[in-house]
Amino acid sequence: MIKNNGFLPALPPPSTSVGVIGWLRQNLFPSPLNTVLTILAIYLIYLVTVPTVSWVFLNADWVGESRNACTSGGACWVFVAARFDLFMYGFYPESEYWRINLAFAILALLLVLLNIRQVPRRGWLAAFTLIGYPVVAFYLFSGGLFGLDEVETSRWGGLSLTLVLSGVGIVASLPIGIVLALGRNSQMPIVKAVSIVFIEFWRGVPLITVLFMSSVMLPLFLPEGTSFDKLLRAMIGIVLFESAYMAEVVRGGLAAIPRGQYEAAKALGLNYWKSMVLIILPQALKLVIPGIVNTFIALFKDTTLVLIIGLFDLLTTIEAGFKDSNWLGYAVEGYVFAALIYWIFCFSMSRYSQNLERKLHTGHAR
Amino acid sequence: MKKLFALTSAIALLTSVSSAVYAGVTLDAVKKKGFIQCGVNTGVPGFAGTDDKGTWKGIDVDVCRAAAAAIFGDASKVQYTPLTAKERFTALQSGEIDILSRNTTWTLTRDTSLGLNFAGVNYYDGQGFMVKKSLGVSSAKELDGASFCIQAGTTTELNLTDYFRANNMAYTPITFDTSPETAAAFDAGRCDALTSDQSQLYALRIQLKDPEGAVVLPEIISKEPLGPVVRQGDDEWFNIVRWSLYAMINAEELGVSSANIDELAASTKDPNILRLLGQEGIKGKGMGLEDNWAVNIIKQVGNYGEIFERNVGQDSPLKIARGINALWNKGGIQYAPPIR
Repeated sequence: MIKNNGFLPALPPPSTSVGVIGWLRQNLFPSPLNTVLTILAIYLIYLVTVPTVSWVFLNADWVGESRNACTSGGACWVFVAARFDLFMYGFYPESEYWRINLAFAILALLLVLLNIRQVPRRGWLAAFTLIGYPVVAFYLFSGGLFGLDEVETSRWGGLSLTLVLSGVGIVASLPIGIVLALGRNSQMPIVKAVSIVFIEFWRGVPLITVLFMSSVMLPLFLPEGTSFDKLLRAMIGIVLFESAYMAEVVRGGLAAIPRGQYEAAKALGLNYWKSMVLIILPQALKLVIPGIVNTFIALFKDTTLVLIIGLFDLLTTIEAGFKDSNWLGYAVEGYVFAALIYWIFCFSMSRYSQNLERKLHTGHAR
Repeated sequence: MKKLFALTSAIALLTSVSSAVYAGVTLDAVKKKGFIQCGVNTGVPGFAGTDDKGTWKGIDVDVCRAAAAAIFGDASKVQYTPLTAKERFTALQSGEIDILSRNTTWTLTRDTSLGLNFAGVNYYDGQGFMVKKSLGVSSAKELDGASFCIQAGTTTELNLTDYFRANNMAYTPITFDTSPETAAAFDAGRCDALTSDQSQLYALRIQLKDPEGAVVLPEIISKEPLGPVVRQGDDEWFNIVRWSLYAMINAEELGVSSANIDELAASTKDPNILRLLGQEGIKGKGMGLEDNWAVNIIKQVGNYGEIFERNVGQDSPLKIARGINALWNKGGIQYAPPIR
């Protein structure tokens, strides 16, 4: 009866070594020690997850107007819901919220367009995003021309202020940082010295000191009665500080470019700026994308330090929220919400940088 | 920090020399720009903070609103600059703000060496005690041998030591680094009593698991008079801020409130009230204000009792008792010179 030359068909592997059970055996319970560790870890996860989930979701209060709605013992998201507009827009007049929304909608549209390969003239679009868009956004935010009401910077706040601070920091610190990095590598002694002093000075002081000096000491040195916009002071401080960090990141990239590339550029007869812009910087910047984005993410989170100079960024607005006598004691909800928002932005930046690295990958990665 | 303070004070001294130039200019500048720039705290329950709509509220905020009502007849003509403790005096010295109303304690050093003047006291604060009701204590004098949760290295700690030494009592300190930790320890029953500024104690009380189970004792063992501050050298501006506050205190004493002012204005024969309402006597002349300056304050902001109850008293979640902030004829020390 046996037809296949006396060989039995191969039996399937035992059910305990394939599928879910096999995976479990191989990865979670291969030895007695690992079994114990697995059980311990599961127990720990259980200990942390169950109360967290029940606090965040199951026992939480979601709808209501005041603290009286928070009765079930879990998180009181009513607090976040009631002050949501304040967390997003700060003291910006409610009737003008559309201006902030429009500014960010334009930004989102530009970013999407920049990521679609089929869009024609992406170079011009990128230039507009970097140079033209900030002007448009500034006009939308502050108004005062062409029929839009003026909104003083003292009324900007919440998440929109955080985004403005970090956006300005990011857009301004990268070019300044590149120039400083080139200056530090320069053969010209004065340029080199100025770059080194600038970088080492700003890298050597904590950001909190820079902000503190800008808001407490600077006004005393100015002529009496002149007041210099507080937000502008903070922005200048952040840009100067971050560009020093950026310069060092870019310098790392420049150092990684083989000497042959510089020589090849010279051999082609390119002058200094052409060889930098066409040959060296595209390679150097591509190499240090993770470092640049790292600095951006750090900058984004560092903007919370403006809390010590009384600017109402996202975190300060939330803190002011739970210091209102109607919402005393909901600090944890506030901080969890802040953490979630910051995480969303930082994680998106990190994903975007990975995407960019993949796109620009030209097979030279080591 | 000490060096920095010395430096700022030195600069402050320099600026104060030239501050005589300010005489009379603040009011003109304020009238010209159309609002008062008011420096407030970034957030202290009941004193300064924003409601869900972003409107500033609080007993400190109302001092600025009163001045705006007196000058413009419109209490909403105020713009707020939230300030941290470190930058508050610089902001005033440099002219960034016109009034500093940011729960600032009036002390000799601040009044005499910073080129500033305190225009009055809108809240008499001071260090007090909070205990669990279950302890069965009704006065700080009964706290002999009790354990205290305190924040390490603060003047609170020094005041407590002084108080117990002076009264010949003993206590066990349990120190913590931050104020939230201290409050959490008290909540968990690590100590019998918690000590801090009284206004803070009421705010901490709301955050306890069982707010009703704790009680703030009546004793106050340190002096923390909080009030609005203006630049030294501009007496006209100083007078306006000071008398805006006094008008509210006088109004409470005379029984004039935002609710009954219209009725009183039409019917009263009391000369004190007539003078307050600007129908007789000096009116607003001496300050360069309209005759109905006080009417505007009372109508739009209220009398002192109203702003107290609304922001920190029985009509607010804090429920702070009037205590020494009651009027002088009702057992407290709030007293304003007469308007005549």
